Amino acid sequence: MRVLVIDYKAGNLTSVLKALRHLGAEPEITDSDCAMVEEAERIVLPGVGHFAATERLDSSKLTPAIRATIARGTPFLGICVGMQWLYAGSSEAPGHPGLGFFRNQCERFPQAGAKVPHVGWNSLEVRSGSHLLRGVSAGDFVYFTHSYKAPITADTAASTDYIEPFAAAVERSNVMGVQFHPEKSGETGLKILSNFLSWKGDGAA
Amino acid sequence: MITKRIIACLDVHDGRVVKGVQFIDLVDAGDPATQAARHAREGADEIVLLDITATHEGRKTLLETVRRTARELFVPFTVGGGIRSADDAAQVFEAGADKVSVNSAALADPALIGAIGRSFGAQAVVVAIDARRDPTADDPIRDAMVYVQGGRKPAGRRAVEWAREAEDRGAGELLLTSMDSDGMRTGFDCELTALVSEAVNIPVIASGGAGTVTHFVEVFGRGNADAALAASIFHFGVASARSLKQELARAGVPVRIPC
Repeated sequence: MRVLVIDYKAGNLTSVLKALRHLGAEPEITDSDCAMVEEAERIVLPGVGHFAATERLDSSKLTPAIRATIARGTPFLGICVGMQWLYAGSSEAPGHPGLGFFRNQCERFPQAGAKVPHVGWNSLEVRSGSHLLRGVSAGDFVYFTHSYKAPITADTAASTDYIEPFAAAVERSNVMGVQFHPEKSGETGLKILSNFLSWKGDGAA
Repeated sequence: MITKRIIACLDVHDGRVVKGVQFIDLVDAGDPATQAARHAREGADEIVLLDITATHEGRKTLLETVRRTARELFVPFTVGGGIRSADDAAQVFEAGADKVSVNSAALADPALIGAIGRSFGAQAVVVAIDARRDPTADDPIRDAMVYVQGGRKPAGRRAVEWAREAEDRGAGELLLTSMDSDGMRTGFDCELTALVSEAVNIPVIASGGAGTVTHFVEVFGRGNADAALAASIFHFGVASARSLKQELARAGVPVRIPC
Protein backbone atom coordinates (compact mmCIF):
# COMPACT_ATOMS: atom_id res chain seq x y z
CA MET A 1 0.00 0.00 0.00
CA ARG A 2 1.55 3.27 -1.14
CA VAL A 3 0.70 6.35 0.90
CA LEU A 4 1.81 9.88 0.13
CA VAL A 5 2.72 11.90 3.21
CA ILE A 6 2.79 15.62 2.61
CA ASP A 7 5.62 17.51 4.27
CA TYR A 8 4.89 21.20 4.75
CA LYS A 9 7.60 21.69 7.38
CA ALA A 10 5.12 21.69 10.26
CA GLY A 11 6.87 19.45 12.71
CA ASN A 12 8.40 16.05 12.58
CA LEU A 13 7.17 13.30 10.26
CA THR A 14 9.12 10.45 11.83
CA SER A 15 6.36 9.13 14.09
CA VAL A 16 3.71 9.16 11.36
CA LEU A 17 6.02 7.39 8.90
CA LYS A 18 6.97 4.82 11.54
CA ALA A 19 3.33 4.03 12.34
CA LEU A 20 2.42 3.72 8.64
CA ARG A 21 5.38 1.37 8.03
CA HIS A 22 4.45 -0.65 11.12
CA LEU A 23 1.04 -1.23 9.48
CA GLY A 24 2.67 -2.46 6.27
CA ALA A 25 2.27 0.71 4.21
CA GLU A 26 5.03 2.18 2.07
CA PRO A 27 4.96 5.91 2.75
CA GLU A 28 6.42 8.35 0.24
CA ILE A 29 7.03 12.00 1.03
CA THR A 30 6.71 15.19 -0.96
CA ASP A 31 6.85 18.87 -0.09
CA SER A 32 6.08 20.20 -3.58
CA ASP A 33 5.47 17.51 -6.20
CA CYS A 34 1.94 18.01 -7.58
CA ALA A 35 2.28 14.98 -9.87
CA MET A 36 2.86 12.74 -6.84
CA VAL A 37 -0.32 14.18 -5.28
CA GLU A 38 -2.29 13.56 -8.48
CA GLU A 39 -1.10 9.94 -8.67
CA ALA A 40 -1.29 9.11 -4.96
CA GLU A 41 -3.34 6.13 -3.81
CA ARG A 42 -3.84 7.67 -0.38
CA ILE A 43 -2.73 10.95 1.15
CA VAL A 44 -1.85 11.78 4.75
CA LEU A 45 -1.42 15.40 5.81
CA PRO A 46 0.15 15.48 9.27
CA GLY A 47 1.20 18.64 11.03
CA VAL A 48 1.66 20.17 14.41
CA GLY A 49 2.24 23.72 15.49
CA HIS A 50 0.83 26.88 14.00
CA PHE A 51 -1.97 26.95 11.41
CA ALA A 52 0.01 29.52 9.40
CA ALA A 53 2.42 26.72 8.39
CA THR A 54 -0.29 25.49 6.00
CA GLU A 55 0.42 28.56 3.86
CA ARG A 56 3.25 26.49 2.41
CA LEU A 57 0.65 24.22 0.78
CA ASP A 58 -0.54 27.25 -1.19
CA SER A 59 2.93 28.59 -2.07
CA SER A 60 4.05 25.15 -3.24
CA LYS A 61 0.88 24.89 -5.39
CA LEU A 62 -0.11 21.66 -3.63
CA THR A 63 -3.53 23.00 -2.53
CA PRO A 64 -5.22 22.83 -5.98
CA ALA A 65 -3.65 19.41 -6.61
CA ILE A 66 -5.00 18.12 -3.30
CA ARG A 67 -8.41 19.64 -4.02
CA ALA A 68 -8.58 17.90 -7.40
CA THR A 69 -7.36 14.59 -5.99
CA ILE A 70 -9.91 14.66 -3.18
CA ALA A 71 -12.66 15.42 -5.70
CA ARG A 72 -11.70 12.28 -7.63
CA GLY A 73 -12.19 10.21 -4.47
CA THR A 74 -8.63 9.61 -3.25
CA PRO A 75 -8.74 8.79 0.48
CA PHE A 76 -7.32 11.68 2.48
CA LEU A 77 -6.45 11.87 6.18
CA GLY A 78 -5.53 15.12 7.93
CA ILE A 79 -3.93 14.87 11.37
CA CYS A 80 -4.05 17.68 13.97
CA VAL A 81 -3.33 20.91 12.05
CA GLY A 82 -3.77 18.76 8.93
CA MET A 83 -7.39 18.16 10.00
CA GLN A 84 -7.94 21.83 10.80
CA TRP A 85 -6.69 22.76 7.32
CA LEU A 86 -9.69 20.89 5.85
CA TYR A 87 -11.91 23.65 7.30
CA ALA A 88 -12.38 27.20 6.04
CA GLY A 89 -9.67 28.47 8.36
CA SER A 90 -8.60 29.04 11.93
CA SER A 91 -8.66 32.03 14.20
CA GLU A 92 -5.02 31.13 14.90
CA ALA A 93 -4.11 32.56 11.47
CA PRO A 94 -7.00 34.66 10.15
CA GLY A 95 -5.09 35.63 6.99
CA HIS A 96 -4.53 32.04 5.85
CA PRO A 97 -7.57 30.21 4.48
CA GLY A 98 -7.79 26.46 4.80
CA LEU A 99 -9.00 24.13 2.07
CA GLY A 100 -12.64 24.88 2.91
CA PHE A 101 -13.82 21.31 2.33
CA PHE A 102 -15.68 21.68 5.63
CA ARG A 103 -17.08 25.19 5.79
CA ASN A 104 -16.67 25.92 9.50
CA GLN A 105 -13.87 27.78 11.27
CA CYS A 106 -11.50 26.39 13.88
CA GLU A 107 -11.36 28.39 17.10
CA ARG A 108 -9.24 28.51 20.23
CA PHE A 109 -10.53 26.81 23.37
CA PRO A 110 -12.13 29.40 25.65
CA GLN A 111 -10.26 30.29 28.85
CA ALA A 112 -12.49 28.66 31.41
CA GLY A 113 -10.49 27.38 34.31
CA ALA A 114 -8.68 24.59 32.47
CA LYS A 115 -5.29 24.83 30.84
CA VAL A 116 -4.96 25.58 27.14
CA PRO A 117 -3.35 23.72 25.32
CA HIS A 118 -5.32 20.51 25.76
CA VAL A 119 -2.55 17.95 26.23
CA GLY A 120 -2.93 14.30 27.09
CA TRP A 121 -5.12 11.22 26.69
CA ASN A 122 -8.83 11.93 26.39
CA SER A 123 -11.77 9.73 25.47
CA LEU A 124 -13.75 9.54 22.22
CA GLU A 125 -17.51 9.51 21.76
CA VAL A 126 -17.80 7.78 18.41
CA ARG A 127 -20.79 8.38 16.14
CA SER A 128 -22.22 5.29 14.53
CA GLY A 129 -21.43 4.76 10.87
CA SER A 130 -17.87 6.05 10.96
CA HIS A 131 -15.58 3.93 8.80
CA LEU A 132 -12.42 5.58 10.07
CA LEU A 133 -13.33 4.71 13.65
CA ARG A 134 -14.65 1.23 13.02
CA GLY A 135 -13.81 -1.00 15.97
CA VAL A 136 -13.14 1.96 18.25
CA SER A 137 -15.39 1.90 21.31
CA ALA A 138 -16.98 4.78 23.16
CA GLY A 139 -14.56 5.79 25.88
CA ASP A 140 -11.40 4.63 24.09
CA PHE A 141 -8.53 7.02 24.70
CA VAL A 142 -6.35 8.88 22.21
CA TYR A 143 -3.54 11.42 22.62
CA PHE A 144 -4.19 15.13 21.98
CA THR A 145 -2.01 18.21 21.96
CA HIS A 146 -3.66 21.38 20.60
CA SER A 147 -5.09 24.79 21.48
CA TYR A 148 -7.48 25.20 18.52
CA LYS A 149 -10.36 22.88 17.61
CA ALA A 150 -13.11 22.32 15.09
CA PRO A 151 -16.79 22.58 15.99
CA ILE A 152 -19.22 19.68 16.10
CA THR A 153 -21.25 19.40 12.87
CA ALA A 154 -23.07 16.75 10.86
CA ASP A 155 -19.67 15.54 9.58
CA THR A 156 -18.23 14.95 13.04
CA ALA A 157 -17.22 11.28 13.40
CA ALA A 158 -16.20 11.49 17.05
CA SER A 159 -16.35 14.14 19.72
CA THR A 160 -14.25 14.73 22.80
CA ASP A 161 -15.00 16.93 25.79
CA TYR A 162 -12.41 19.37 27.07
CA ILE A 163 -13.82 22.64 28.42
CA GLU A 164 -16.53 22.01 25.81
CA PRO A 165 -17.25 19.26 23.27
CA PHE A 166 -15.30 19.56 20.00
CA ALA A 167 -14.73 17.48 16.86
CA ALA A 168 -12.07 14.86 17.60
CA ALA A 169 -12.61 13.29 14.17
CA VAL A 170 -14.36 14.38 11.00
CA GLU A 171 -15.37 12.25 8.03
CA ARG A 172 -17.26 12.81 4.79
CA SER A 173 -16.81 9.98 2.29
CA ASN A 174 -13.11 9.90 1.33
CA VAL A 175 -12.09 12.96 3.36
CA MET A 176 -11.16 12.27 6.98
CA GLY A 177 -9.45 14.16 9.75
CA VAL A 178 -8.41 13.53 13.33
CA GLN A 179 -7.52 16.20 15.88
CA PHE A 180 -5.60 13.68 17.98
CA HIS A 181 -2.39 11.88 17.06
CA PRO A 182 -3.21 8.31 15.99
CA GLU A 183 0.51 7.61 15.55
CA LYS A 184 0.94 8.27 19.30
CA SER A 185 -2.30 6.75 20.57
CA GLY A 186 -1.27 3.16 21.17
CA GLU A 187 -3.38 0.30 19.81
CA THR A 188 -6.44 2.53 19.35
CA GLY A 189 -4.48 4.91 17.14
CA LEU A 190 -2.98 2.09 15.06
CA LYS A 191 -6.47 0.67 14.52
CA ILE A 192 -7.66 4.05 13.20
CA LEU A 193 -4.69 4.36 10.84
CA SER A 194 -5.29 0.80 9.71
CA ASN A 195 -8.94 1.65 8.99
CA PHE A 196 -7.77 4.56 6.86
CA LEU A 197 -5.31 2.36 4.96
CA SER A 198 -8.02 -0.21 4.20
CA TRP A 199 -10.79 2.31 3.36
CA LYS A 200 -12.24 1.31 0.02
CA GLY A 201 -14.83 3.96 -0.65
CA ASP A 202 -17.86 1.73 -0.61
CA GLY A 203 -18.01 1.72 3.14
CA ALA A 204 -16.16 -1.58 3.39
CA ALA A 205 -13.25 -0.66 5.59
CA MET B 1 -12.56 13.47 30.37
CA ILE B 2 -8.90 14.39 30.16
CA THR B 3 -6.86 11.93 32.18
CA LYS B 4 -3.87 12.37 34.44
CA ARG B 5 -0.79 10.98 32.74
CA ILE B 6 1.59 8.44 34.25
CA ILE B 7 4.97 8.85 32.61
CA ALA B 8 7.68 6.24 32.89
CA CYS B 9 11.15 7.77 33.01
CA LEU B 10 14.28 5.97 31.93
CA ASP B 11 17.54 7.56 33.05
CA VAL B 12 20.08 6.34 30.52
CA HIS B 13 23.87 6.26 30.84
CA ASP B 14 26.04 4.83 28.03
CA GLY B 15 23.03 3.15 26.46
CA ARG B 16 21.77 1.47 29.66
CA VAL B 17 18.95 2.38 32.04
CA VAL B 18 20.33 3.39 35.44
CA LYS B 19 18.86 4.56 38.72
CA GLY B 20 20.52 6.63 41.41
CA VAL B 21 19.52 8.38 44.59
CA GLN B 22 19.62 12.18 44.29
CA PHE B 23 21.43 11.75 40.94
CA ILE B 24 24.36 9.69 42.37
CA ASP B 25 25.09 6.00 43.18
CA LEU B 26 23.93 4.59 39.83
CA VAL B 27 22.79 0.99 39.45
CA ASP B 28 21.95 -0.84 36.20
CA ALA B 29 18.22 -1.24 35.43
CA GLY B 30 18.21 -2.75 31.96
CA ASP B 31 17.98 -2.04 28.23
CA PRO B 32 16.13 1.19 27.27
CA ALA B 33 14.21 -0.20 24.27
CA THR B 34 13.07 -3.26 26.23
CA GLN B 35 12.12 -1.19 29.27
CA ALA B 36 10.24 1.43 27.22
CA ALA B 37 8.25 -1.22 25.36
CA ARG B 38 7.40 -2.96 28.63
CA HIS B 39 6.23 0.25 30.30
CA ALA B 40 4.06 1.15 27.28
CA ARG B 41 2.58 -2.36 27.24
CA GLU B 42 1.89 -2.12 30.96
CA GLY B 43 -0.02 1.12 30.59
CA ALA B 44 2.45 4.01 30.82
CA ASP B 45 0.89 6.98 29.03
CA GLU B 46 4.21 8.32 27.90
CA ILE B 47 7.91 7.49 27.98
CA VAL B 48 10.70 9.90 28.88
CA LEU B 49 14.32 8.99 28.23
CA LEU B 50 16.83 11.21 30.01
CA ASP B 51 20.43 10.78 28.93
CA ILE B 52 22.85 11.46 31.75
CA THR B 53 25.94 10.77 29.63
CA ALA B 54 28.07 13.83 28.94
CA THR B 55 30.69 12.49 26.51
CA HIS B 56 30.75 12.89 22.74
CA GLU B 57 30.85 9.12 22.23
CA GLY B 58 27.86 8.85 24.54
CA ARG B 59 25.88 11.28 22.36
CA LYS B 60 26.26 9.02 19.34
CA THR B 61 25.19 6.07 21.47
CA LEU B 62 22.17 8.09 22.56
CA LEU B 63 20.90 8.69 19.01
CA GLU B 64 21.16 4.97 18.31
CA THR B 65 19.37 4.23 21.60
CA VAL B 66 16.60 6.71 20.70
CA ARG B 67 16.21 5.17 17.25
CA ARG B 68 16.00 1.66 18.67
CA THR B 69 13.62 2.69 21.47
CA ALA B 70 11.31 4.67 19.19
CA ARG B 71 11.00 1.94 16.57
CA GLU B 72 8.04 0.09 18.07
CA LEU B 73 6.81 2.74 20.51
CA PHE B 74 3.39 4.24 19.72
CA VAL B 75 2.92 6.50 22.74
CA PRO B 76 4.51 9.94 23.14
CA PHE B 77 8.28 9.71 23.54
CA THR B 78 10.38 12.50 25.06
CA VAL B 79 14.17 12.61 25.03
CA GLY B 80 16.29 14.89 27.18
CA GLY B 81 19.83 15.33 28.39
CA GLY B 82 22.62 17.21 26.69
CA ILE B 83 20.46 18.95 24.07
CA ARG B 84 22.38 22.23 23.62
CA SER B 85 21.11 23.55 20.29
CA ALA B 86 18.27 23.38 17.79
CA ASP B 87 20.54 21.11 15.71
CA ASP B 88 20.93 18.67 18.62
CA ALA B 89 17.14 18.69 18.97
CA ALA B 90 16.65 18.08 15.24
CA GLN B 91 18.88 14.98 15.41
CA VAL B 92 16.89 13.59 18.32
CA PHE B 93 13.57 14.25 16.53
CA GLU B 94 14.93 12.62 13.39
CA ALA B 95 15.83 9.56 15.49
CA GLY B 96 12.18 9.27 16.57
CA ALA B 97 11.52 11.47 19.60
CA ASP B 98 8.21 13.35 19.72
CA LYS B 99 9.40 15.90 22.25
CA VAL B 100 12.73 17.05 23.57
CA SER B 101 13.43 18.11 27.11
CA VAL B 102 15.85 20.99 27.60
CA ASN B 103 17.25 22.09 30.92
CA SER B 104 20.61 23.84 31.45
CA ALA B 105 20.97 24.85 27.79
CA ALA B 106 17.63 26.69 28.00
CA LEU B 107 18.77 28.46 31.15
CA ALA B 108 22.01 29.49 29.45
CA ASP B 109 20.19 30.59 26.29
CA PRO B 110 16.41 30.91 26.80
CA ALA B 111 15.96 31.69 23.08
CA LEU B 112 16.64 27.98 22.47
CA ILE B 113 13.07 27.22 23.62
CA GLY B 114 11.56 29.32 20.84
CA ALA B 115 14.13 28.16 18.29
CA ILE B 116 13.15 24.49 18.72
CA GLY B 117 9.45 25.37 18.89
CA ARG B 118 9.53 27.28 15.60
CA SER B 119 10.72 24.21 13.70
CA PHE B 120 8.94 21.44 15.58
CA GLY B 121 6.02 23.10 17.35
CA ALA B 122 5.68 24.24 20.97
CA GLN B 123 4.16 20.86 21.91
CA ALA B 124 7.57 19.31 21.17
CA VAL B 125 9.46 21.42 23.71
CA VAL B 126 9.51 20.34 27.34
CA VAL B 127 11.47 22.58 29.69
CA ALA B 128 12.88 20.58 32.59
CA ILE B 129 13.31 22.46 35.83
CA ASP B 130 15.32 20.95 38.69
CA ALA B 131 14.34 22.89 41.80
CA ARG B 132 15.16 22.80 45.47
CA ARG B 133 13.40 24.59 48.31
CA ASP B 134 15.41 27.39 49.85
CA PRO B 135 15.32 26.66 53.60
CA THR B 136 16.96 30.00 54.38
CA ALA B 137 14.23 32.04 52.64
CA ASP B 138 11.16 33.47 54.34
CA ASP B 139 9.04 31.38 51.96
CA PRO B 140 11.11 28.28 51.08
CA ILE B 141 8.63 27.15 48.41
CA ARG B 142 7.96 30.43 46.64
CA ASP B 143 11.71 31.05 46.72
CA ALA B 144 12.64 27.53 45.55
CA MET B 145 15.68 27.84 43.33
CA VAL B 146 16.65 26.22 40.04
CA TYR B 147 19.74 23.98 39.85
CA VAL B 148 21.73 22.72 36.87
CA GLN B 149 24.40 20.07 36.22
CA GLY B 150 22.37 17.30 37.78
CA GLY B 151 21.51 19.41 40.79
CA ARG B 152 25.07 20.39 41.64
CA LYS B 153 25.09 24.04 40.61
CA PRO B 154 22.60 26.83 41.44
CA ALA B 155 21.29 28.60 38.36
CA GLY B 156 20.43 31.78 40.23
CA ARG B 157 16.76 31.66 39.19
CA ARG B 158 13.59 31.16 41.20
CA ALA B 159 11.67 28.12 39.95
CA VAL B 160 8.31 29.88 39.61
CA GLU B 161 9.78 32.81 37.68
CA TRP B 162 11.74 30.55 35.34
CA ALA B 163 8.59 28.46 34.76
CA ARG B 164 6.70 31.59 33.69
CA GLU B 165 9.51 32.72 31.41
CA ALA B 166 9.78 29.26 29.83
CA GLU B 167 6.06 29.37 29.05
CA ASP B 168 6.35 32.88 27.58
CA ARG B 169 9.21 31.71 25.40
CA GLY B 170 7.13 28.91 23.95
CA ALA B 171 7.57 25.81 26.11
CA GLY B 172 4.82 23.25 25.57
CA GLU B 173 5.16 21.55 28.94
CA LEU B 174 7.22 21.79 32.10
CA LEU B 175 8.93 18.87 33.79
CA LEU B 176 9.41 19.93 37.41
CA THR B 177 11.79 17.80 39.47
CA SER B 178 12.08 18.33 43.19
CA MET B 179 15.75 17.83 44.05
CA ASP B 180 14.75 17.47 47.70
CA SER B 181 12.52 14.48 46.92
CA ASP B 182 14.28 12.83 43.97
CA GLY B 183 14.94 9.14 44.55
CA MET B 184 13.76 9.33 48.17
CA ARG B 185 10.36 7.63 47.63
CA THR B 186 8.89 9.89 50.30
CA GLY B 187 6.40 11.66 48.01
CA PHE B 188 6.36 14.47 45.48
CA ASP B 189 6.82 18.08 46.56
CA CYS B 190 3.11 18.88 46.20
CA GLU B 191 3.39 22.47 47.46
CA LEU B 192 6.08 23.38 44.94
CA THR B 193 4.26 21.55 42.13
CA ALA B 194 0.98 23.36 42.89
CA LEU B 195 2.71 26.73 42.98
CA VAL B 196 4.33 26.19 39.56
CA SER B 197 1.24 24.59 38.02
CA GLU B 198 -0.95 27.49 39.06
CA ALA B 199 1.59 30.03 37.75
CA VAL B 200 1.41 28.72 34.16
CA ASN B 201 -1.19 27.64 31.61
CA ILE B 202 0.82 24.72 30.17
CA PRO B 203 0.92 21.19 31.60
CA VAL B 204 3.23 20.52 34.53
CA ILE B 205 4.75 17.08 34.94
CA ALA B 206 5.69 16.41 38.55
CA SER B 207 8.86 14.44 39.19
CA GLY B 208 10.90 13.28 42.13
CA GLY B 209 9.83 11.29 45.13
CA ALA B 210 7.29 8.74 43.89
CA GLY B 211 7.14 5.80 46.26
CA THR B 212 3.52 4.84 46.82
CA VAL B 213 0.16 5.15 45.09
CA THR B 214 -0.87 7.74 47.68
CA HIS B 215 1.97 9.98 46.52
CA PHE B 216 0.44 10.07 43.04
CA VAL B 217 -3.06 10.75 44.41
CA GLU B 218 -1.61 13.68 46.37
CA VAL B 219 0.33 15.24 43.50
CA PHE B 220 -2.68 15.02 41.14
CA GLY B 221 -4.90 16.46 43.88
CA ARG B 222 -3.34 19.16 45.97
CA GLY B 223 -0.22 19.25 43.75
CA ASN B 224 -2.40 20.15 40.74
CA ALA B 225 -0.04 18.19 38.46
CA ASP B 226 -1.21 17.28 34.95
CA ALA B 227 1.15 14.31 34.78
CA ALA B 228 3.54 12.54 37.08
CA LEU B 229 6.82 10.95 36.28
CA ALA B 230 8.24 7.93 37.99
CA ALA B 231 11.37 5.93 37.41
CA SER B 232 12.31 3.83 40.38
CA ILE B 233 8.76 2.80 41.23
CA PHE B 234 8.58 0.92 37.91
CA HIS B 235 12.01 -0.66 38.02
CA PHE B 236 12.80 -3.95 39.69
CA GLY B 237 9.10 -4.89 39.58
CA VAL B 238 7.99 -2.53 42.35
CA ALA B 239 4.78 -1.61 40.50
CA SER B 240 3.55 -1.61 36.94
CA ALA B 241 1.87 1.42 35.42
CA ARG B 242 -1.28 -0.67 35.07
CA SER B 243 -1.55 -1.62 38.73
CA LEU B 244 -0.74 1.95 39.70
CA LYS B 245 -3.49 3.30 37.41
CA GLN B 246 -6.04 0.78 38.64
CA GLU B 247 -5.41 1.94 42.19
CA LEU B 248 -5.55 5.58 41.11
CA ALA B 249 -8.91 4.96 39.43
CA ARG B 250 -10.22 3.45 42.66
CA ALA B 251 -9.05 6.62 44.44
CA GLY B 252 -11.07 8.71 41.98
CA VAL B 253 -8.22 9.98 39.79
CA PRO B 254 -9.14 10.00 36.06
CA VAL B 255 -6.64 7.74 34.27
CA ARG B 256 -6.49 5.93 30.93
CA ILE B 257 -7.89 2.45 31.56
CA PRO B 258 -7.89 0.02 29.85
CA CYS B 259 -4.51 0.76 28.45
